[in-house]
Amino acid sequence: MIEQLLIKGLSLGAIYAMIAIGFCLLWQSSRLVNFAEGEFVTIPAFLMVFFYSVLKLPFAPAIIAAIIVSAFLLGFVMKKTLVDALIARGNTPFVVTTIALGFLVRDSLTVFATPEALHFPSMIPQTPLQFGGAMFSSLDLWNIFVAAVVIVCLHLFIRKTKQGKALQAVAQNREAAGIMGIDVQKMILMAFVINAVLVAFSASLAAPIYMVKYDMGNELGLKAFYAAIIGGFNQVKGALLGGLLVGLIEIFTAAYISTQYKSGFVLIVLIAVILFKPEGILGTKEQL
Amino acid sequence: MDKINQGMRWQKMVAGSLCGLVLLILPSVIFKSQYFLYLSSLACIYMIVSCGLNITMGYAGQISLAQAGFLGIGAYTGALLGSTLGFWVTLPLGGLIAFVIGLGLGFPSLRVKTHFLAMVTIGFTVIVYLVLMNEQQWTGGPYGIFNIKKPSIGPFAFTSPAAYHIVVAVVTFILLFFAFWALNSPWGRAFKAIRENEGRAEMLGVSIRNYKLMAFAIGAGYAGVAGGLIGPLFGYIDPTMFALGFSFLFLLMVVVGGLGRFEGALLGAIIVAILPETLRFAEQYYPIIFALAAVLIMIFMPKGSVSFVDWVYKKLTGKEELQLTK
Repeated sequence: MIEQLLIKGLSLGAIYAMIAIGFCLLWQSSRLVNFAEGEFVTIPAFLMVFFYSVLKLPFAPAIIAAIIVSAFLLGFVMKKTLVDALIARGNTPFVVTTIALGFLVRDSLTVFATPEALHFPSMIPQTPLQFGGAMFSSLDLWNIFVAAVVIVCLHLFIRKTKQGKALQAVAQNREAAGIMGIDVQKMILMAFVINAVLVAFSASLAAPIYMVKYDMGNELGLKAFYAAIIGGFNQVKGALLGGLLVGLIEIFTAAYISTQYKSGFVLIVLIAVILFKPEGILGTKEQL
Repeated sequence: MDKINQGMRWQKMVAGSLCGLVLLILPSVIFKSQYFLYLSSLACIYMIVSCGLNITMGYAGQISLAQAGFLGIGAYTGALLGSTLGFWVTLPLGGLIAFVIGLGLGFPSLRVKTHFLAMVTIGFTVIVYLVLMNEQQWTGGPYGIFNIKKPSIGPFAFTSPAAYHIVVAVVTFILLFFAFWALNSPWGRAFKAIRENEGRAEMLGVSIRNYKLMAFAIGAGYAGVAGGLIGPLFGYIDPTMFALGFSFLFLLMVVVGGLGRFEGALLGAIIVAILPETLRFAEQYYPIIFALAAVLIMIFMPKGSVSFVDWVYKKLTGKEELQLTK
């Protein structure tokens, strides 16, 4: 039973973790918090359905096309429009604007696309697996695997490439990085593009589980935000840990305590973290 | 000279308040349609929430998304205790409970950064919603509570929509008047000092944390009272009326109107309450238009739509801006 819940929790947590890492990268590079992050998952999910079911592209190209389009829309366009217009005024106007943007996306999808839940197939066939006493779905393992690959690639990119190191430098100290000749605006753009790719991947994993619906991002965005705070907003590894923790807490609460209050219990942990360790479990204190 | 100015100020204030009260009650007299009366009452209720949230956000710079939760607390206090204690007791009681909970919620969360408070308040609204939904034995769960009676004084019951609007208008007036008075008092000017320059205000001896806590709790209390007015207006309440989406709506209301401007928040509330009616031709596009407008206002009109009113005022009178709170 425990192993089964563990795998389910990690599989859910892997989806949260990818979105939470996106959050962190945005925060580190631009000091902005994106309250439309949930809708940033919904958009690629709809794109996938559009490419696959409407344009009838084959499965893999449909997903790749969705990832490219979302990298352009949610990365490039977002940076060139909203971010450039608002970044000078600090975080609060950006938070408010992205809240409005979230409404805009949800309402537009309801009206112009569909208010109903759409089906999107999973990347691998869903078969029940048995391991010892644990029963779980092949999808669970697949989610963990995809997320692990994506996160390891991201980690290598940040640690090993010149661009990645520049991004780290901006995260540590924006002014100093600028003085050293790093193009800070370009790094912010890069963070937004990486975030867009991350949410697109998590959308491809979430779509078969949650169904594609205009409000599918509400839950996901919130959970990812909780994850980022619990783990530590200024650390990618913190967001990873936070995401997995939120997934595990949710599954274990639903199994042992109460299904109705499974989101409530995560919140209690969140509030406890904010009270006792506001920088998050793995986060470091920062001067602002 | 000072005395004359002060006399002038008093006269202006009394005249202004009377005008405000008349304007608030006016719909009861002129509107015959139940729907228009309902919209007017809703606009008043939104004004209360918006005015309180403006103190929290516009003056003390805290992003609060707990407003729908506080509204729910006020509404359920009224609905559950109204039959035994009566509307006139539960209305302020709901506000008081929300105020106290606001103190409790604000105290720890003000230690952390703005977007953390936003998160804690989102969490709070979600928890309130979950409790209202799941604790069926008290709250009626998803079905809510029905047959909420409109208030009465002695033999006179405010049962008609027009009569109930008078109640709503008077409560709105009292709360707005108090907020206006408080913001113009030395105590309120400290808020503005914090908003303009937190470090400087602290150096001048303003206890930032206490003021922010107070601002947060006042916003909560206002939402609590507004919640108490909702039950009798609709006749029933259910948890979906206090879902997280409304917190976002209230926040946009203040921002669209004009953050940190007394009259701005009121304008925002009226816009949000009445816009669905004026944009009726747009039907299902209304929410899209509203959200798009909010995004555009944030980018191009950072001071909110009230700055448009300023512009008209300047064209007409040549004066700088129409600012109620100095």
